[in-house]
Amino acid sequence: MTARFAATELNLSNYRTERRYRLMLFSMTAMLVLPVLIILAILILKGAPMISWEFLFEFPRRGMTEGGIYPALLGTIFIVVVDLIFAMPIGVAAAIYLSEYAPDNWLTRAINLAIINLAGVPSIVHALFGVGAFVIFFGFGTSILAAALTVAIMTLPLVIVATRESLQAVPQAFREACWSMGASRWQTIFTVVLPNAISGILTGLILEVSRTAGETAPIMFTGAAFFLPFLPESVFDQTMALSLHLFVVSTQVPEVPEALPYGVALVLIGIVLIMNAISIVFRSYLRGKKKW
Amino acid sequence: MVAAETRTKVLEVNDLSISYGPKTAMSGLSLDVYENEIFGIIGPANSGKTSFLRAINRMDAFDSQMNVNGSLRFMGTEVSAWRNDYALRRQIGVVFPLPVGLPMSIYDNVAFAAKLRGVKGKAALDEVVERCLTRAALWDEVKDRLDSLGSQLSGGQQQRLTIARALSQEPTLLMLDEFSIAVDPVTTMRIEDVLKELKKEMTILLVTNLVQQAERLADRTALFLNGSLIEIGYTDALFEGQTQDQRTKDYLEGRFG
Repeated sequence: MTARFAATELNLSNYRTERRYRLMLFSMTAMLVLPVLIILAILILKGAPMISWEFLFEFPRRGMTEGGIYPALLGTIFIVVVDLIFAMPIGVAAAIYLSEYAPDNWLTRAINLAIINLAGVPSIVHALFGVGAFVIFFGFGTSILAAALTVAIMTLPLVIVATRESLQAVPQAFREACWSMGASRWQTIFTVVLPNAISGILTGLILEVSRTAGETAPIMFTGAAFFLPFLPESVFDQTMALSLHLFVVSTQVPEVPEALPYGVALVLIGIVLIMNAISIVFRSYLRGKKKW
Repeated sequence: MVAAETRTKVLEVNDLSISYGPKTAMSGLSLDVYENEIFGIIGPANSGKTSFLRAINRMDAFDSQMNVNGSLRFMGTEVSAWRNDYALRRQIGVVFPLPVGLPMSIYDNVAFAAKLRGVKGKAALDEVVERCLTRAALWDEVKDRLDSLGSQLSGGQQQRLTIARALSQEPTLLMLDEFSIAVDPVTTMRIEDVLKELKKEMTILLVTNLVQQAERLADRTALFLNGSLIEIGYTDALFEGQTQDQRTKDYLEGRFG
């Protein structure tokens, strides 16, 4: 009783175009995912046999050709923790100011530009800045503190940008509703804006942790050591670090068994993946609680 | 008519102009709003209605682009001269066009203003929450799930939630900005009944895009057009055709273009 809709040549060509673009976009996505999968597969295949209790919790032996990576693992954790102590409050506070308080004027625009540029500065330049500022000027020497501060400054833009984006994703209507009830800016931020931006802020911090754990150049001049036979006792001591250790066992030490660098790399990536997993779980937990 | 002169003026506006950067949203506005009346403001989009409301509760303090000039007195004091913006806003309840349920529980949505005001203790807050939700005709629908998120209610319920929230401020002035835009007709009628009751205790500024809504509710009605006031009059008189300006007559009769 109703006439069937007959596809015209134009409809068919629309379908073809649609399929073509879909395929193209999908293949781009696949190209993105493929290297990650390959890297992971190789690391697991070659590095997994190395992973053992002893590997994680023993000192390197025989010029780092045997034994474990305990001091490097611990050193990386120290650097990450000290880095977070500085970068987290400063980054989040700066982002709150920029998103919620800063008037739209030349100064704010200049600050935003500076943040973007800070993110673009090569890490080796940050390393040299860290040597000049923290190691020499502030007199921290080559130490965990100097290394962590250097990396903190380098990774601050990550935290600031991620936090600012997630704050700005909170609808303006919430703020206006809150203000119109007589709440101050800070009351509004604390009760409405922050709780709804928390998952984005966490993402930024996780990125920061991943980045910090992996950086090599900025710490090798400021606090990470080639080899140390003992553990650091305070933040003013030098430490070994996984990223530098990976560089060392891959290129600087002769007769390292082939699997050893893969093992180190796997632990390094493992830390990053575990942090990501924690943040995903935490985020979905928070998202279940808060919604608009 | 005679009573108007003796009633307290809640708002006294004199030669008010509002601009956003170079763009003028309102100019030369003068009007008075009296205690316990529903003052309707009608007019097409972009006529300065919302800007006027934002000027009253000093939203220009949060918007560096927004500029307010002229005289705007609330309860006899210039709004710009209030020593404490927050205290001023606490006396003015606002209901927005699209319901803004804050992303917190129904209970917290309504208890929030009371907490800001310094009300402490669960019993006192419970009392505020129940009273305000009841008055906004929402209590029966939500009393069993006060802990669920305000933003998960339906549109009509959320709008009543925002009215309850505004009432929890115990406002002198309640400003509603096209509150029925996202609300079904039945809920709209329920809210309108609530407003008629509330009029006994507070002054209501009703911005509406529905001419009939102004006719049903407002004691007096003003027509705004392109950032200026065209006419103010008693709603009954206006709708009976006693208009000073032909544009008002056209707008009320829906012959506007």
